[in-house]
Amino acid sequence: MNEYEIIIGLEIHVQLQTETKIFCGCKNDYEAGPNTNSCPVCLGMPGALPVLNRKAVELACRFILAVGGEINTRSIFARKNYFYPDLPKGYQISQHERPLGKGGVIRIESGEGNSEIMLQGIHLEEDAGKSFHLADSSNIDFNRCGTPLLEIVTMPVIRSAQEAYLFLHRIRQIVQYLEISSGDMEKGALRCDANVSLRREGQHEYGIRTELKNMNSIRGVEKALSYEIERQISLLEQGGFVLQETRLWDESKGRTATMRTKEESPDYRYFPEPDLQPLELSGAWLEDIMQGLPELPHQKIDRFVREYQIPPYDAGVLTSTRQLADYFEETAGLCGKPKQASNWIMTEIMKIMKDAKTAPEELNIPPRNLAELINSIENGTISGKIAKDIVVEMAASGKTPGEIIGARGLEQITDKKVIEQAVEQVLSENAENLKRYFDGQQQLFGYFVGQVMMKTEGKANPHLVNKILKDKLNGR
Amino acid sequence: MEFESMSAAQIRASIIKGEFTASDIAEYFLKQAKAENSRLNCIISFGDSYAARAAENISQKIAAGLAPGKLAGVPIVIKDNLITKDLRTTCASHILEDFIPPYNATVIESLLKQDAIIIGKANMDEFGMGSSNEHSYFGRVPNPIDPEYVPGGSSGGSACAVASGLAPLALGSDTGGSVRQPASFCGIVGLKPSYGAVSRYGLVAFGSSFDQIGPMARTVEDCAILFSVICKHDPRDSTSANYVRPDYLEALKGRKKFSIGIPREYMAEGIDGEVLKAVQDAIEKAEGQGHEITEISLPHTKQSIAAYYTIANSEASSNLSRFDGVRYGYRSTAIDDLAEMYIRTRSAGFGAEVKRRIMLGTYSLSTGYYDEYYLKAAKVREIIRDDFDKAFNEVDLIITPTSPTTAFKLGEKIDNPLGMYLSDIYTVSASLAGLPAISIPCGKDNKGLPIGLQIIGKMFREDEILNLAYNLEREIGYNLKQ
Repeated sequence: MNEYEIIIGLEIHVQLQTETKIFCGCKNDYEAGPNTNSCPVCLGMPGALPVLNRKAVELACRFILAVGGEINTRSIFARKNYFYPDLPKGYQISQHERPLGKGGVIRIESGEGNSEIMLQGIHLEEDAGKSFHLADSSNIDFNRCGTPLLEIVTMPVIRSAQEAYLFLHRIRQIVQYLEISSGDMEKGALRCDANVSLRREGQHEYGIRTELKNMNSIRGVEKALSYEIERQISLLEQGGFVLQETRLWDESKGRTATMRTKEESPDYRYFPEPDLQPLELSGAWLEDIMQGLPELPHQKIDRFVREYQIPPYDAGVLTSTRQLADYFEETAGLCGKPKQASNWIMTEIMKIMKDAKTAPEELNIPPRNLAELINSIENGTISGKIAKDIVVEMAASGKTPGEIIGARGLEQITDKKVIEQAVEQVLSENAENLKRYFDGQQQLFGYFVGQVMMKTEGKANPHLVNKILKDKLNGR
Repeated sequence: MEFESMSAAQIRASIIKGEFTASDIAEYFLKQAKAENSRLNCIISFGDSYAARAAENISQKIAAGLAPGKLAGVPIVIKDNLITKDLRTTCASHILEDFIPPYNATVIESLLKQDAIIIGKANMDEFGMGSSNEHSYFGRVPNPIDPEYVPGGSSGGSACAVASGLAPLALGSDTGGSVRQPASFCGIVGLKPSYGAVSRYGLVAFGSSFDQIGPMARTVEDCAILFSVICKHDPRDSTSANYVRPDYLEALKGRKKFSIGIPREYMAEGIDGEVLKAVQDAIEKAEGQGHEITEISLPHTKQSIAAYYTIANSEASSNLSRFDGVRYGYRSTAIDDLAEMYIRTRSAGFGAEVKRRIMLGTYSLSTGYYDEYYLKAAKVREIIRDDFDKAFNEVDLIITPTSPTTAFKLGEKIDNPLGMYLSDIYTVSASLAGLPAISIPCGKDNKGLPIGLQIIGKMFREDEILNLAYNLEREIGYNLKQ
């Protein structure tokens, strides 16, 4: 196993969230009724011409600049020619020789540390329609035709299926951070084809690669790559060789199968799109975009670790979305206890969000309420245990911790006399157990604590209960 | 006065004065065109409903005391590669034989706004591919002067209609000479505008980086009127140029003095003697009008045909991919699978010349040939542009013959595609460079066939071309009716 080096390159398509399509004024919404968002341009009617949507360019530039890529201030569109029923013009308007962007780096974090995935080219193109095959007919919905796509191609620098998984995860996170795409792979807003080859360690040239298509989830990409790597290894181990071909991933069968061989692969006959002028971008316009870029996930992770002194793992979880990261920062800022804020968010708050399927900004618990709750624990007003009940009610009612504590009388009991009373009561009611305790069953200590907590409806300060109980027992 | 000899300006004036109604004109021309068409075959579909609607609009405007449009009541024939909403648009191809478009080309909207009367859709070489109008699914069109001869192409139907008096105006399209050459062969005026002057939105593409819609008329003045209606910036066409258009009718006025270049490469081998003489006579007349004549050189003229056909066919091979039988147009029924649908539909749907060009273009763009063909041609194109840039540093306008010969006989070049391509030698250079060029009549040969003179101008200087053409037209005094 170890003697092979795995070489993976990914080709990713991201649907850009523009109001209208990339080359016409149709609404960019392909979930509407079939063919309702279509016009002569996106239907490829004779005589119709494309006009570039500036917003699509802007969103593409956001990505390129955010990942540190270089923008070609003069880029050209090209036609990629092939026949398919869902491609109305018989060619896709794409970019080829002078794409919008090149280079850039995506950082990913894994158990073994951070790695950097270099990007090759980034370009704009149009999406195709969708075919539906019924029992006795084939149908096409052209709504998706002309949805702007950003194509991102990595250098062949990914070294494992797991790394590909992390990379895609990060890409999805970045496009969500940049608000340029939903990044939803199940819905096709993010798509990924993968190239994979093996080479013996120490070998210089790349091995023969296969291209994998038809993966519908990030996990699917990882699984397809794992399968394909195993397949290639066993081929090579048996003295066989890998064929250069395109293979389709079959999710249900968990395997890949030949789609077409190299000989069958189409010649796309790229040439400059004569219907569109070269795209020229001014430095000032790009500077504006640059100024509006948000902090990226990996930058946030680093800053959280540095500024809030929380573990990298916590920082990774808290930055999974911009909204969650904002929620954490606001809470931490208000209560001044970042680690506690992190713990609460990573456990209780994320559970509440998951159960109710809500985003942080829709949560009934604004950061100031969570901060108040954390402070109430820290200053001893309530116990951590009761706080867990309170937070559930906060989520349900939107009330502040103070309101709930007041209404339900949940303040923690810190009055020693009250606790002593309760302890005395418990000990006198449990003469039998007390005897056994002194006979050596020390574990009954916990039982006594529980009884005291019950007597005080869980409000007694556990620390004090422990201390007083110990004193009393030792005093007997 | 006979309607068919009236100019566009005269027809409009007579309607405004109330001498005729727009319906009178529309009905007369439609009736006449239908009667003549059995002989001329220059119209593929008639525009009755368009004509009736326009006539009605004009009457209402006049009744309401509003000024009717610039083309009020003026009959016009539209090349059948311009998209007309609800009116069959075939590109003279079997594959679009029954295609009824759901929208209008920008130029059609401009015409309707100016109250033009659309008489019908003109025959042409299929998808604009040809120089003789013989490559039409709807049959050949004769030269109106002598039916043994071709009218030129690809806008042969448009030229024939105007020369025959079926309409004073027509719209053609010019990729490598398709407005100018038929204008020359039929003895009328045809202007290929600067690339970007007229919107291509709704022009069925042949060679996208060359295609321009151009006005055709019997006189330079009518040509200028029509040009002024269609020449405007269109945000729906990304290659449409955004600049302030001058008043092209004003541009006709006065006799401006120009420095005129005569490219020596055009007046050399391969040119018919009578054509050469007629053009030289016209140049003398221009000199007599006070223009300064200088010999210039366009050294890469010889390479222009190869460069043009390589690039135009490459673009065409891609442009015509959309005719696949999936969404509209002809679809073969004898099919079992997807590949067969494409193959049979396109094999039966396209004519021989179109298929030849798709194959040539596909070849030029293929891996392994792209650099040698498409890319090299694109480089030659830049060199030819440079030739013109240099020439226009010295002169304002360039005069050449439009075609090396007058009209050739029907069938004469049908089996000789290369010979047919070579007849575009004088027109393709301006197309490669995107420059505006007009063809105006300048004489006849001994068979009575018209000879055309081409004036090429600087980018977006149609005003200068029109001024010289207008003054030469009056001097030459050529009249087809003579």
